[in-house]
Amino acid sequence: MSTVAERSTGLALKAIRQIAGLEVIDRVGLRGPAERALYSVTKNGMGAAATAGRTFTVVTGNGKSTRPRPANPKGLFDLTPDEDQQMIVEAMKEFAAAELRPVALAADSACAAPAELLESAGELGLATLGVPEELGGSAAEKSAVTGVLVGEALAHGDLGLAAAVLSTGAVPTALGLWGDAAQQATYLPAFTGEEVAVSALAILEPRPLFDPFALQSTARRTADGFVLDGVKALVPRAADAELFLVAAELEDRGPALFLVPTSAGGVTVTAEPAMGARAASTATVAFTNVPLPEVALLADGDQEVYAECIHRARLAWCALSVGAAQAALDYLIPYVNERVAFGEPIANRQAVAFQISDIAIEVAGMRLATWRAASRADAGNGFFREAAVARQLCVKHGAEIGSAAVQLLGGHGYTKEYPVERWYRDLRTAGVFEGALLV
Amino acid sequence: MPIPPPTPNTTVINLETPKKFRPLIGQAHTVAQEVLRPIARKYDVAEHERPKELDFLAAILNGMEDSGATSGAGAAGAGKGEDKPANGNGSDPAATKNGSNLSTALSIMEMCWGDVGLLLSIPGQGLGNSASAAVASPEQLEEFGGRWAAMAITEPEAGSDSASIRTTADLDPGTGEYVLNGEKIYVTSGERAELVVVWATLDRSVGRAAIKSFIVERTNPGMKLDRLEHKLGIRASDTAAFILQDCRVPASALLGSPEVDVKKGFGGVMQTFDNTRPLVAAMAVGCARACLDFTREALDQAGVGIDYDKPALSQSAAAAKFLAMEAEYDAARLLTMQAAWMADNRKPNSVQASIAKAKAGRTGTDVAFGCIELCGAIGVTETELLEKWARDVKILDIFEGTQQIQQLIIARQLLGRTSAQLK
Ligand SMILES: Cc1cc2nc3c(=O)[nH]c(=O)nc-3n(C[C@H](O)[C@H](O)[C@H](O)COP(=O)(O)OP(=O)(O)OC[C@H]3O[C@@H](n4cnc5c(N)ncnc54)[C@H](O)[C@@H]3O)c2cc1C
Repeated sequence: MSTVAERSTGLALKAIRQIAGLEVIDRVGLRGPAERALYSVTKNGMGAAATAGRTFTVVTGNGKSTRPRPANPKGLFDLTPDEDQQMIVEAMKEFAAAELRPVALAADSACAAPAELLESAGELGLATLGVPEELGGSAAEKSAVTGVLVGEALAHGDLGLAAAVLSTGAVPTALGLWGDAAQQATYLPAFTGEEVAVSALAILEPRPLFDPFALQSTARRTADGFVLDGVKALVPRAADAELFLVAAELEDRGPALFLVPTSAGGVTVTAEPAMGARAASTATVAFTNVPLPEVALLADGDQEVYAECIHRARLAWCALSVGAAQAALDYLIPYVNERVAFGEPIANRQAVAFQISDIAIEVAGMRLATWRAASRADAGNGFFREAAVARQLCVKHGAEIGSAAVQLLGGHGYTKEYPVERWYRDLRTAGVFEGALLV
Repeated sequence: MPIPPPTPNTTVINLETPKKFRPLIGQAHTVAQEVLRPIARKYDVAEHERPKELDFLAAILNGMEDSGATSGAGAAGAGKGEDKPANGNGSDPAATKNGSNLSTALSIMEMCWGDVGLLLSIPGQGLGNSASAAVASPEQLEEFGGRWAAMAITEPEAGSDSASIRTTADLDPGTGEYVLNGEKIYVTSGERAELVVVWATLDRSVGRAAIKSFIVERTNPGMKLDRLEHKLGIRASDTAAFILQDCRVPASALLGSPEVDVKKGFGGVMQTFDNTRPLVAAMAVGCARACLDFTREALDQAGVGIDYDKPALSQSAAAAKFLAMEAEYDAARLLTMQAAWMADNRKPNSVQASIAKAKAGRTGTDVAFGCIELCGAIGVTETELLEKWARDVKILDIFEGTQQIQQLIIARQLLGRTSAQLK
C-alpha cells in the first residue's frame, strides 16, 4: 500500500492519506476471518432502551458553516474518475475483497458486522467522506460521485457490510452539507475525533407504499424546541447509535430532519432483522415524546434540503445495488463457463449466455444513471429527476439480476454454499430502503 | 529521488451533453422540428418517392460540417476518430476527447426525434460513408469521400451470418479488375446513393478473412437495381435489391488491403460496426424520445401529472408506466453516449457498442408500444405520428445486427467463448 501513499503526496484528499496508511488493512488482514469475533445478536435485543451514549453540548461555532466545495466540470462528457477517486476506489476494492467478502455470510447470519471491521472502517475515515476537510472530514470536493464510487466498490464485497460501514456516515455527511455552524460545531467532532460515533439517518416507516414526503412521524413545536414522535423502520446499527437524524412532519412546514441524540431519552430500539442487508443490524426505532432543542432542526426545515436528502440517499442505495449486481455478474461468468451439463459448459447455451449479456447491459445502464445523477449533484445542478431515474433502474434491474443469479446456478444457487442467494435477498431489499445512507 | 509534482485533476465525471456540442444539437433539433417533422407523414405515404426537401438540407448539413471541428448531423462523421485533443488545451494527451463519434450520435438523436426514415435518406450521410471511412486509404477517401455511399452486405441467404455471403470477387489478371457476381438485398439508400460498398469474397473456401469491401459506382452497368422493398416503417428510406452480374470494378475499388490474412480475419470490416452501432442506437434513442415527449404532453392534457419524488406506485398507473419507460430511455441514451465517447477516445468499445445497440434497440420498441398503450386511439391513428414512430423504430432492433446478435457478441466477449462454442 506504500505505493498508494507515495502517489498521494501533494493531493488534497484526506481520505487518501488515511486509506494510504492502510496499516489497518494489513493488520486486519493478518488474522483469519474466522478468528474475528462478531457482535452478538443479543446486543440489539428485543425492545431494549437505547444505550444512552454521549451527550452533545451545544456549541455556537463561529457563525460560518462550511460546505464541501462544489466540483467544477469543464463541460466535457467524461467517465474517467479523477486520480483521487481512482486511488480511493482501488483501495476500497481491495478492502472489500479482503475484508468484506470473506466474512459476508457470517455477518449475514449474525445480523452484525464484525467489530474489528467496523473499527477499521472508522479508521479509514469512511464516516466523514462527505464532510469538508476544514471540519476534519475527508471531502475536498465531488462528494456525491466519490460517495457513489466508494459505495459501489464496497458493495462489490458485500452489500450488507457496505451498508453497515457506510450508514454511520450519513449523519455527518448531512451535517457537512446542510448543518449550520452551531450544528457542525456541536455534532461533527464526534465523527472526526478518535472514537467515531455511530449514527443513523432514519427516514423509512413501516407501512405499504411508504412516501418520504408524507410522513407519519411528527414534530410539534414547544416553547424551547420540538417534541418528536414516530416509528422508523430498518434503521442500520440503531442499537449502537448515539445520534439519529430523523425525518418527521413539522407542523406548518412539511417533512423535516431533526438531530436526535439517543441521550435525549424516549428512544426505543428493537432489532428488526430483514430479508437482506442483514449485516447492517437493522432495527425499528420508536421515538416517543422526545424533547428536542431548537438547534435540532436541520436547515431550518427547508423543503428543498429535505428533498435533496431523500434523493441523495436513493443514490447511495443505487451505488450499492450497482456494486452488488456487478459482483453477481463477475461471479456468474466463471461459474457458467465451468459448470457442465449435457456434455458442455452451460455458457455454450444461448439461454444462459444471453442472460449474462442482459445482466451486463442492465448493470452498465444502472451505473451510468447513478453516476450522472451524482455528478449533477456535485456540479450544483438539479438532479432529482436523474436520481429518480437511477432508482427506478436500480430497483427493477437490481432485483432481476439477483433473481437471474440464483437461476443460473440452479439448485446450488438456492443454498448458502454460494453467495448468489445473498445477492438475491440484498438486491431485492436495497430497493425498499429510503434514507439510511447518504452521498 | 525528487517527488514529481502532483498531477492536476483534469478529469471530472460528467455525463451531460458537452457544452461545445450544444449549438450543433440545437441546430439539429431545429432541423428536425422545422424540416423533418412537417414532411414525415408525406413520405410515409409516398413510399419510394425521393424526398426532394432533403437535397437542400444536405447542403446545409455540409455547411455545418465545414464550419466547425465537429461533424454534421448525419452518419458520415463517425468513425474518423480524433487525432488531436478536442478539449482545447491541446497539451495533455491523456485528457478526454469529445469528438465526432459523440457529436454525431447526439445530433442523430435529435434528427431522429424528427424522423428516422428521413435521416437515413439525407444525401451523403449514409452508413456506408462511415463504414468506408474506417477502412479506406487516404487516396480512396480523396476519391470517394464526399460522395453518398450505401452499404451492401446482406444477401438472400446471409443476413446475421454475414461471414457466409456468397457474392464473389474474382481478379481478372488480364485487366487487373475485380469481377463481382452475386445478389444483394436490403441496401439502404441503394437507389439514391452514388456509390455502393459491396461485400464480396475473394475465396469462398477461406471464410471470413477473404471477405473484402468494394466501392461500386451506382451507374456501373454490372450492378442492376432489381427492386425496392415495401416496408413496415422508415418508408421514406429506400431499401434496394441488386443483382451483380460480371460487375467489373478497378483494383483500386477494394477498400483496405487485398491481402487475405487468415489471422486478422474479419477484424477490419467488423470494426466499422464499433462506430456505426452506437449511431443506430442513437436513432432508437431519438425516436423513443419523440414518443415520450408526445405522450407526456398527451398525459398532461389528460390531467395526469408525473412526480419524480413520490414513489411511482403511489401515483397513477399511467404515471408509473411513464416513469419506468423514461428510466429505460435514459439508460439507453447514456449507454449510447458511453459507446461513442469510447470510440472518440480510441478505447476498445465493441462490447459497449453492442450493449448500447441492444439496450436502445429493445427500449425503442418497448417505449413506442408503451406510449401507444398510454395514448389509446391517438396512439394508433394516422392523424398523429406516434403510430408511425412505433413502426419506424422496430428496424433499429434489426439492422446493423439484431438484438440477438448483439447479445451473442456481448456474451462471447464476456465469457471468452468462440463462435464455435457459443453459436
Ligand atoms: C429496412 C432495412 C434496411 C436494411 N439496410 C441494410 C443495409 O443498408 N445494408 C445491409 O447490408 N443490410 C441491410 N439490412 C439487412 C439487415 O442488416 C438484416 O436484415 C439483419 O442483419 C438480419 O439478417 P436477416 O434478415 O437475414 O435475418 P436472419 O439472419 O435470418 O435472422 C432471423 C432471426 O434469427 C435470429 N438469429 C440469427 N442468427 C442467430 C444466432 N446465431 N443466435 C440467435 N439468434 C439468431 C435473428 O436475431 C433474427 O431474429 C436492412 C434490412 C432492413 C429490413
